[in-house]
Amino acid sequence: MNFWETFYKNKLAITGSGIVLLLFIVSLLAPLLAPYDPGQIDLKNVLASPSWNNLFGTDQLGRDVLSRMIWGARISLKVGFAATGLAIIIGAILGATAGYYGGWVDAVIMRFVDIMLCFPTFFLILAVIAFLEPSIWNIMIIIGLTGWMGVTRLVRADFITLRERDFVKAARTIGASDLRIIFVHILPNAMASILVAATLGIAGAILTESALSFLGIGVQPPTPSWGNILTAGKDNIDIAWWLSLYPGLAILITVVGYNLLGEGIRDSLDPRLIK
Amino acid sequence: MPGYIFKRMLFMIPMLLGITLVCFFVMHLAPGLPTDLQTQMNPKSTVEMKERLKTLYELDKPVHEQYWSWLKKLSSGDLGISFSSDHRPVTAKIMERLPITIILEFLSLIIIIAIALPIGVLSAVHQNSIFDKVTGVLVFIGFAVPTFWLALLMMIFFGIHLGWLPISGLRSLNYEYLTPWAQFVDLIKHLILPVFISAFGGLAGLSRYMRANMLEVIRQDYIMTARAKGLSERDVIYKHALRNALLPAITILGLSIPGLIGGSVIFETIFAIPGMGQLFYMSVMARDYPTVMGILLIGAILTLLGNLIADVSYALADPRIRIS
Repeated sequence: MNFWETFYKNKLAITGSGIVLLLFIVSLLAPLLAPYDPGQIDLKNVLASPSWNNLFGTDQLGRDVLSRMIWGARISLKVGFAATGLAIIIGAILGATAGYYGGWVDAVIMRFVDIMLCFPTFFLILAVIAFLEPSIWNIMIIIGLTGWMGVTRLVRADFITLRERDFVKAARTIGASDLRIIFVHILPNAMASILVAATLGIAGAILTESALSFLGIGVQPPTPSWGNILTAGKDNIDIAWWLSLYPGLAILITVVGYNLLGEGIRDSLDPRLIK
Repeated sequence: MPGYIFKRMLFMIPMLLGITLVCFFVMHLAPGLPTDLQTQMNPKSTVEMKERLKTLYELDKPVHEQYWSWLKKLSSGDLGISFSSDHRPVTAKIMERLPITIILEFLSLIIIIAIALPIGVLSAVHQNSIFDKVTGVLVFIGFAVPTFWLALLMMIFFGIHLGWLPISGLRSLNYEYLTPWAQFVDLIKHLILPVFISAFGGLAGLSRYMRANMLEVIRQDYIMTARAKGLSERDVIYKHALRNALLPAITILGLSIPGLIGGSVIFETIFAIPGMGQLFYMSVMARDYPTVMGILLIGAILTLLGNLIADVSYALADPRIRIS
């Protein structure tokens, strides 16, 4: 069976793709789908509970929570992709270098990975934010810069097995340069595990962004993000449960979607895993 | 065994140096000099702040000298003076809060083991049973739940809706007037939600790992031998299989330590617990750089120590490790 046949038969993977696709559509069509302007303040309608006018209620400034969540989907998608993209690029380059060259280059890179893994990721992210301004761009970069270690290990492991294969030896014999061997011959063969790591990484980045925004050091209001709606939920915890419930559900469903998709891709790429 | 521990501790020295290098790099991340940033951020106390930063980081000297003198101060336990209005040494500020965080992490570890191990083992022993399927779904959701959101929901449900549990701090306002027993009950009540939330992040990982491990062990030849010689299923599973499946779990527990410590920022902030995580959050918000750097360093060192303890206990439990 090839990849697509296996993937189509995996109901969970299809569910995951459905969720991810839906999120893309919601993000793209946010201006059309949102019933209200997400920044529109209505002081006569503050902390209104869910009703037909405001399906998910309103926040402390009378803004429609559903509309803010729809626009918030854009933020989490942006942060998820940008941060993971950065982590994958760093991880792939370092992992490829370590795995391909071996020796002291490998030793130095992998000890660096070990050292980075000693830092509780959340501590490292917060410390860097203390020095820089919290903005959506900085958040993307910081999450990316602190999330490449796992990818490095994966890519390195792939490169170590692949560099001994005949097609690599053949490429070397005809005089291909190291760069050409790494990027044209080996890297495409390591793409499968990178793709899985990326899908699962997006889920992790979205979780981290929402936690940072919740703590007030991520995406800054008035820009709506799922995390900073939850901050309002905590501030009004005894009167407005809807501010806490719905954005968290959105995060949960999104992360479940990416995780299902990632595991689905992995299972379809590796037939041995199928029971 | 002492030889193994010694070797393992020697290995920590380059790691420690690497950790200080990364911290030092983070300190110099700020665009331009940290003093310039301080000027932009806080126009009120520019001159004083600038001078203090300058003496703290010795910014007028070359980078390698800055690093060296910072390292010397570190080795004597001097993390500098806090920028906050109390002007206290960072080391003292961290040390008075560290025990609270460590006790909470320790309690969470116990909860993780007490819940995740049985779930993992039972779902492996009864593979494909309803229990296995239900816990499988729960574990999958557990990976995806933002813990701070779960904390909010539990505060709403148990704290506000039912009114069973307090939702902030470690003590009630009338704590001093309570009998010792009532004080103890009060403390436990305050601990339930934070410890559960802190443990939650590690539950899914460990139970899934335990299940996979147990499934692998059950297929081994020595399990078949144990069955063949007529041992009861109970003895086969809980004496022969469980012990072998438990070993690698030690490593997983060690690996979950950075996550637990990192999570302390979130749950200590949500539940207003005066631990190191809350201090870290407050210092980040106040741009109290010496405290931020101090806690970053302590967090990494705690992880390193946790890994050391995990490795040593693994070696104690499994002779193959310490011989090879």
